Amino acid sequence: MKEILKVTDLNVNYGAIHAIHGVSLTVNEGEIVSLIGANGAGKTTILHTITGLTKAAGGSVLFGGTELLATEPHKIVAMGMAHVPEGRHVFAQMTVTENLEMGAYFRKDKDQIEKDLADVLRRFPRLKERSRQLAGTLSGGEQQMLAVGRALMSHPRILLLDEPSMGLSPLLVKEIFTTIEDVNREGVTILLVEQNAKMALSIASRAYVLETGSVVMEGEGKAMLRDDNVRKAYLGA
Amino acid sequence: MSFLSNILTGVSLGSIYAIIALGYTMVYGIAKMLNFAHGDVIMVGAFMCFFATGRYGLPPLVSVLLAVVVCTALGILIEGLAYKPLREAPSLAVLITAIGVSYLLQNGAQLLWGADTKTFTPIVSGSLSLVEGRLNISYVSLLAMACCLVVMVCLTLFTSRTRMGKAMRACSEDKGAAQLMGINVNSTISMTFAIGSALAAVAGVLMCSAYPVLSPTTGSLPGIRAFTAAVFGGIGSIPGAFLGGILLGIIETFAKAYISTDLSDAVVFAVLIIVLLVKPAGLLGKYVPEKV
Ligand SMILES: Nc1ncnc2c1ncn2[C@@H]1O[C@H](COP(=O)(O)OP(=O)(O)OP(=O)(O)O)[C@@H](O)[C@H]1O
Ligand SMILES: [Mg+2]
Repeated sequence: MKEILKVTDLNVNYGAIHAIHGVSLTVNEGEIVSLIGANGAGKTTILHTITGLTKAAGGSVLFGGTELLATEPHKIVAMGMAHVPEGRHVFAQMTVTENLEMGAYFRKDKDQIEKDLADVLRRFPRLKERSRQLAGTLSGGEQQMLAVGRALMSHPRILLLDEPSMGLSPLLVKEIFTTIEDVNREGVTILLVEQNAKMALSIASRAYVLETGSVVMEGEGKAMLRDDNVRKAYLGA
Repeated sequence: MSFLSNILTGVSLGSIYAIIALGYTMVYGIAKMLNFAHGDVIMVGAFMCFFATGRYGLPPLVSVLLAVVVCTALGILIEGLAYKPLREAPSLAVLITAIGVSYLLQNGAQLLWGADTKTFTPIVSGSLSLVEGRLNISYVSLLAMACCLVVMVCLTLFTSRTRMGKAMRACSEDKGAAQLMGINVNSTISMTFAIGSALAAVAGVLMCSAYPVLSPTTGSLPGIRAFTAAVFGGIGSIPGAFLGGILLGIIETFAKAYISTDLSDAVVFAVLIIVLLVKPAGLLGKYVPEKV
């Protein structure tokens, strides 16, 4: 198996707060890797550091052999890494179509962008109905679809998803997870951060458990679902 | 006839305010800061034109271009040296820095060019006489209105149609998300300062051509009025700055004509306060609720 993302001994501070303590994790090509943990464990911080929204205090983030910590953040998406941030962060005052176009901002292949736009709208028919509506007027679930669709518009090799199920109805949660699996089957590697540990572990090839800024456990997704400690701490059993 | 003539004066004064306010509002929209030095960039632009045309007799068009180039460079320089290092700093620190830059420009101008008031050579002169000479409108006024219209149309097309313009809107809404899309946030901010400062140069030349006196503090009052216009129309909104500028010019002119010259600023601010009481986001300020 080929490594696509390798995080080694990552440390992140917020002022005096030491948020991430020497985290190492690996994502192989084609995998779905889940990162679970309680509120404030540092999941979002790790994703933010990978894509340069937050500065690291030390460590290494290799993506396809390139050190991301030494890369200008705005160049990362063009290297094939898309990040759907926690809380969606769609551009509220732009239309659905404009948001999707922003996902392809760095691309120059106009014709292919058109096709990809049509593909995304086919994948999320609800967005198609609302393509001229301002993103700020969409429901939470629709905004989540838009955020995922916008990320897909960059043609990523790896997709980082931060709590895509947050605030969605059980039905929509299922829909989003099905989408994640579909996208993965089409060849996109996934690094998934979730509070919904049960769903996240059930679709994951491998998973990491994060506690107060450190990885405390790693293993196969299915195996973790059966693990007593995980069940007690994260699955409410 | 005097009513109509006041309207024309108001609209042309308002056009100048609008051009300044557009720069204010764009910078605010993207950098989320009030660039109090914006008014002083106007003064620098006017000085460039003053020397080029008034002293060295260069053709007006060349002087205007020179003013635009110098102010654009100045805007980029101010942003890069003074504001960029403070990107993560508290907004109060940025505000104080902006006031500092404003004084720096004023004092710098005083040092270089003297504190005395100079007589500006208008880039166009003469006036158009209508209705058998009962209504006069100066060519400068007409030029100001035309410039404002062109600027407004260009900016609207730029932000709605072009890649760079869309990047600007994305940055103004959400810098983190914009960066994740591959937008270089720093260069987008720099670009916005460049555009705003170029507009300030144009406004400076128009203003000093309409009211031909120039000193190092010439830019500060129009700067504050244009800021008011931007808030009036809804800060961050391009059509808002346009509307706010024009209305402010009209209100000021009418207050001067029918109430009192000394009280005109007070009247303008009274209207501003009333508008903000009714519409806190300004006339065209948008409020899109964020869903969680
Ligand atoms: N901008 C910030 N400034 C200071 N501390 C921060 C900042 N962002 C996060 N933290 C702290 O860092 C720690 C990790 O936060 P992070 O958001 O990464 O957690 P998380 O695992 O994503 O939590 P959640 O599941 O609630 O999203 C927390 O203790 C948090 O309070
Ligand atoms: Mg989080």
